[in-house]
Amino acid sequence: MTGQNATPDAGQRLAVLGAGVMGTGIAALAVGHGIAVSIIDVDRGRLADATARVDRQVRTARLMGTLPPDVRPGPLDVGPSLTDVPTGRTGLTAVVEAVTEDPYAKAKVLTEVSALVTPGTPVVSNTSSIPIDELARSVARPEDLVGSHFMNPPYLIRTVEVIRGPRTGPHTLDAVRRLLAVLGREPVVVEDAPGFVTSRILHPMINNAVRVVAAGTASVESVDTLLQGCLGHPTGPLRTADLIGLDNLVDSLWVLHERTGDESCRPCELLLTKVRAGHLGRKSGRGFYHYEGDL
Amino acid sequence: MTVPSDQEVSDTGDRVDTVTAELVRFLTARTGRAWPPDTDLFATGGLSSLFAMELVVHLEQTYGVSVRGTDLRLDNFRTVRRMVALVDRLRTGEPGDHGA
Repeated sequence: MTGQNATPDAGQRLAVLGAGVMGTGIAALAVGHGIAVSIIDVDRGRLADATARVDRQVRTARLMGTLPPDVRPGPLDVGPSLTDVPTGRTGLTAVVEAVTEDPYAKAKVLTEVSALVTPGTPVVSNTSSIPIDELARSVARPEDLVGSHFMNPPYLIRTVEVIRGPRTGPHTLDAVRRLLAVLGREPVVVEDAPGFVTSRILHPMINNAVRVVAAGTASVESVDTLLQGCLGHPTGPLRTADLIGLDNLVDSLWVLHERTGDESCRPCELLLTKVRAGHLGRKSGRGFYHYEGDL
Repeated sequence: MTVPSDQEVSDTGDRVDTVTAELVRFLTARTGRAWPPDTDLFATGGLSSLFAMELVVHLEQTYGVSVRGTDLRLDNFRTVRRMVALVDRLRTGEPGDHGA
């Protein structure tokens, strides 16, 4: 373990692609564990407050006692081009792609990354539902690509779903296990499929919870209270939806529906209406609940 | 040993009462529920632990304090009374948990 006054391990450096909710959350987790992080995003507006959003999340993690107390935060570099980030033997530990849950957007970014990073550098695609082998078509070396599905917020939830694509190399899987160990996370490795395990089960359940509300069977609060009180769900499905982000949830449901044909994965009208109205959940201040602050 | 004057004791008491009342009002307005000063905000059926960071920011912005180091821990925000004690300590500059 690094001592209090030690500099971060020079061998650990992540490039995080995408300064959205998951990108900044993963960056905060890494920074809080002493790892140097570069956040890259083509959207300059989103980069403008990325440092503040990462800092706030690192503070939240400290508040919750989920960071090692004796590790100095890793340096954060916001807004470099990927070509400026050092690669190779002494460069990147891994690239974490955390752009929006859109197969085309992810494929485009992964193609660019794959052309730039040194062969053997793990490229981790953080996705809630897109099959890794589908994304592997866009990279030069499918053996370097692996999937991760961090829950939100990554610095509070210890378990991480790790997806081994059919062409993911053993060295890549080992490297991701080592990285997650440094980050204090517990990986559960699963095989490739639309939605993997967690989203394949959770997302249609949330969709059904929204349908129950839309049908007038129960209020948002009653659905969550019942699922919490009777079934032991930690927050209730609709609070979870707000935390995931309703736009992201809809994107994931479409991915699932298109690839499985399962009608329970077709986003219900109330969900679509909320997304059209810009009520995206906690990140926009309003979803199924109202929020203040910008967590 | 320094003994605080009656006036100092009174000022401290007033300050604590004022902050207590303000925090109870803030919590009631934000959550729609009443929170007695010794109630655990984050116990079962209480507030989301993510709300704790909102409380940190609220205290910093309202009372001009900076919550750093080992002061930044959930236990300091678990009840109104604990938050009041933290604010009072940070405002008066008394030594406390200011570790890195």
